[in-house]
Amino acid sequence: MNPHPVLSVHGLACARGDRTLFTDLGFELAGGELLMVQGGNGQGKTSLLRLLTGLSGPVAGEVRWRGEAIAKSREAFHRDMAYLAHANGIKEDLTPLENLRFQAGLAGRGFDTDAAEQALRKLGLARCLDLPARVLSFGQRRRVALAGLLIASALLWIMDEPLTGLDVRGVALVESLLREHLQRGGMVVMTTHQALTLDGASVRTLQVGRREDA
Amino acid sequence: MLGFLLTVIRRDLLLAARRRGDWLTAQFFFVMVVSLFPLGIGPEPELLKRIAPGVVWVAATLASLLSLSRLFADDHRDGSLEQMLLSPEPAVLLALGKAIAHWLIYGIPLLLVAPVLGIQFALPAEAIGVLVLSLAIGTPILSLLGAVGAALTLGLRGGGVLLTLLILPLYVPALIFGAGAVDAMLAGTGVEANLSLLGAFFMLSLLVAPWVSAAALRVSME
Repeated sequence: MNPHPVLSVHGLACARGDRTLFTDLGFELAGGELLMVQGGNGQGKTSLLRLLTGLSGPVAGEVRWRGEAIAKSREAFHRDMAYLAHANGIKEDLTPLENLRFQAGLAGRGFDTDAAEQALRKLGLARCLDLPARVLSFGQRRRVALAGLLIASALLWIMDEPLTGLDVRGVALVESLLREHLQRGGMVVMTTHQALTLDGASVRTLQVGRREDA
Repeated sequence: MLGFLLTVIRRDLLLAARRRGDWLTAQFFFVMVVSLFPLGIGPEPELLKRIAPGVVWVAATLASLLSLSRLFADDHRDGSLEQMLLSPEPAVLLALGKAIAHWLIYGIPLLLVAPVLGIQFALPAEAIGVLVLSLAIGTPILSLLGAVGAALTLGLRGGGVLLTLLILPLYVPALIFGAGAVDAMLAGTGVEANLSLLGAFFMLSLLVAPWVSAAALRVSME
């Protein structure tokens, strides 16, 4: 294994408009670790995740992937990273399978129809394979997005509230997906307001902004 | 690289095919606007012939604006634009692919109906040929430059109106040379000068616009 942390963040600062959300934020993450980003609404959790993906640039500081700033090694970083955002990124006029096919094509990956179908079945969408996403419920669309994450075979998952809209079984499913991903040596940075049971996984927490109970 | 570009184009074509209503709206808008002029001005062949190139070209720019406001907006709303920008492939190709898809979907149909509209204005056959040729060179310019405006106004309230104000001035050279070529044909002077300038403007847009759109997309996503 690589002795160095794969993802490292140094002195990160973020501002939205005139308001400073956080300054001097730093952490390191190695394979098999999960970082739970905590903080109240509007404290900058999503902003932090977007900084980590490289979608927005920090006011100060740097995000490094395998020791290199992601601004410099953008291509390699985005090949290893998958981002599950608030919006699912699902086209309503396409079926789940078509959605996954185009996602793979746009990410420059090959597409294996069987693997994609399997991922969709695993997420309980076996009966919706050829329905347009328009007729799917909110939770089902979330599951399609999760299936996309699954077949992306990325090393780093960045997940923004992956549990919104999921039922109890869906939450249990995400927990098992996370455990499997971590066991394979993957990394996760995520936010959630729900309690997760991840026995045996190495989970670290990071507080963004003020503590809620302070 | 090429695979990515083709995927972007194929995706937009498929989405347009699933939503034919939007597509038809833009085409009907073009036909209606152009057809209103003969009805409003009256059947004077000489006058109609004189205004035809300008009317068709102005209607083409307006019709392209109508569809451009949604070029990136739909993908922005459902989060797929974010995902596309997180692709390892360069955003320039995304912007270029989007513009090409827009031209295939909204530009080519204009070329196909333009001859019919030309007949409405009593244009002679050679002039109709030049009109279609000028549109063939000119409509890609509308898509390429329009993509810049669509990327700049992404996520802004009242973005549609702002897009119009921002992009219409940029369309002016295409309009002048495009309509000018047909005018020159009718006047009996050569069309080469106008078409060459239109072609040069197309090359310039092709080289510059995708980079600007890509940069604008990144700024809009912050």
